[in-house]
Amino acid sequence: MKLLIVEDDLEAAAYLAKAFREAGIVLDHASDGESGLFLATENSYDVLVIDRMLPRRDGLSLISELRQRNIHTPVLILSALGQVDDRVTGLRAGGDDYLPKPYAFSELLARVEVLGRRKGTPEQDMVYRVGDLELDRLSHTVKRAGKEILLQPREFRLLEYLMKNAGQVVTRTMLLENVWDYHFDPQTNVIDVHVSRLRSKIEKDFDQPLLRTVRGAGYMMKEEAAV
Amino acid sequence: MQRLLGRLTALYRTTAVRLSAVYLLLFAACAAVLVFYVSSMSEGLLQQQMREAVAQEAEQIERIFDNNGMNGLLRTLERRARQPGANLYIIASPTGEVLAGNVASIQPGVLDTEGWTTIPFRYQRYQEEARGTNRPMAYAQVNVLSNGLRILVGRDLGEPENFRKLVRQALMVALGVMGVGALAIWYLIGRNALKRMDRMSDASQRIMAGDLSQRLPTSGSGDEFDRLSESLNTMLGRIEKLGEGLKQVSDNIAHDLKTPLTRLRNKAEAALAVGDGADHRSALEEMIVESDQLIRTFNALLMISRVEAGQAPAEMSAVDISGITHDSAELYEPVAEDCGLKFTTDIAEGIEVKGNRELVGQALGNLIDNAIKYAEGSDGEPDIRISLARRDNEVVLAVADSGPGVPEDKYGDVIERFVRLDASRSKPGTGLGLSLVAAVMEMHQGRLELDATHPDRENNRGLTVRMVFPVLPD
Repeated sequence: MKLLIVEDDLEAAAYLAKAFREAGIVLDHASDGESGLFLATENSYDVLVIDRMLPRRDGLSLISELRQRNIHTPVLILSALGQVDDRVTGLRAGGDDYLPKPYAFSELLARVEVLGRRKGTPEQDMVYRVGDLELDRLSHTVKRAGKEILLQPREFRLLEYLMKNAGQVVTRTMLLENVWDYHFDPQTNVIDVHVSRLRSKIEKDFDQPLLRTVRGAGYMMKEEAAV
Repeated sequence: MQRLLGRLTALYRTTAVRLSAVYLLLFAACAAVLVFYVSSMSEGLLQQQMREAVAQEAEQIERIFDNNGMNGLLRTLERRARQPGANLYIIASPTGEVLAGNVASIQPGVLDTEGWTTIPFRYQRYQEEARGTNRPMAYAQVNVLSNGLRILVGRDLGEPENFRKLVRQALMVALGVMGVGALAIWYLIGRNALKRMDRMSDASQRIMAGDLSQRLPTSGSGDEFDRLSESLNTMLGRIEKLGEGLKQVSDNIAHDLKTPLTRLRNKAEAALAVGDGADHRSALEEMIVESDQLIRTFNALLMISRVEAGQAPAEMSAVDISGITHDSAELYEPVAEDCGLKFTTDIAEGIEVKGNRELVGQALGNLIDNAIKYAEGSDGEPDIRISLARRDNEVVLAVADSGPGVPEDKYGDVIERFVRLDASRSKPGTGLGLSLVAAVMEMHQGRLELDATHPDRENNRGLTVRMVFPVLPD
């Protein structure tokens, strides 16, 4: 995966570059809006990480310009502005995801990976499979080893999101955003409780765990044998 | 003297005085025009009368000559000329030589034209010839008799002249009275206004000096000064409240942010002192947790101040509050159950309010989170109840818990930022939850009500928090 980071804070950019390289992601860095626009137009990237406040051309205008030039690379906006309306304006400008500063690197990494693989994820797949677990999006049924598991509607959506991003880390805030459509910090362990309920339903009578907790980051659906 | 001058300058600068000055000028101009019009009209009338009288007399004299001859004419003129305030009489030869009359000299040429002299001329009487220089003016009628002699009958202009003088004097007096009156009114009204303005600006000076508890004086008459003072006072009240909030917040920030920062620093120091791999790791993890908490507090503070400053998010629309309540209840229900709480809901369907889903959801989340925190572990059968109902013109979203509750006199306090009644602060949280809810309610033009869930109980009276929204206008 190839990444472009447009960030004027050089120290933060250097830290991100190091951390992403350790995670096996190649990246270019631009320190202002104009050079960011140039790089994003000239080269091909999987994900653009763009700071909202940039010298020479601000992040939102950079994104609108890219979209106008018919470049639809997924964009993650980084911003010190984290309020509801800031997020809305960011996404309206053409951003695909919005992460307020300060953020945990694990959160950024998880989101970048999900955005980067989005292209390859078949949205139109009617059935998601992880190991012997099967989720049918059309009939809203879940089976494990051929045996039907009954889920609440929200549990179904939770599992659907986890399975859609199988093999990737999904953070708690990503779950809250995508399953409940809330963007605030729930403060308590609400998501963990929901995940553990879901987990008990899909793993109760089976030996092989599928839904794993990734320490300090979130959760991941993955077949044990493939690790 | 200097003081008086300064006062007068200040007086002149007041609007009242300037206005009266303009009015005075206007009135004076009108009065002058009026007086001049009246006087010129009456002057014309006087002249007309005079002319008629003179013409009549000239005719009379002509008749006397026709009837009584030259002797009769001379006798009559002599008699008339001797009367006090007599007209002017001249009998002249056809060549213009003065033969008889009561005029010593006359502007040359007057006798040459027959009829009414349209231009006043100068003359002098016998008695006055000796006295001097001032030659009065007169109008006259010149007639030619049947024997070719010319007679002149004239009248002095003194009379209309006097009248004009009188009118001018009257005008002067009137203007004088007007001027004095205006000055007096200026002084009274202007000074009064000035005094009140001075009091107001004195009060503002004190307020600017930092005493926000000062208020502008009102006289209680309800006039425009009072209205101005009152609205400024309302504004001051709001500013004072904001200022107090700010002060309280900065005090609390100092305390509530310094504490975790100190802990953070202590942990780093302790980890450095130990210096072992595993310890480092756990210390660093703890530090991340600690800084996350700090970030959380900052975010909540920022959000509250933004919502309070009235910067409403762009997205205020009709939102399905029934749906939001269902979502939030469903989100928190497993947590409550895991904590051993009975969780019940009573949510009316299909209710909408004008609002922002994200903010209402977060506020409700805060309330449920609080309820879980405080009901957990309370005696008896701890429970939480969430209800949504329409009550008259309001929509009431309530979260009731059976926890220890809040003493009634502390209801105001718990809404303040960073206030936590639990002095030991053993429960996790920022102390900002209810402040945010209050701010969100203010933004939604609603209000927050606090109440005991079980007012009849001795202990565990519980807390019911109601978010009261105005109903959506049809």
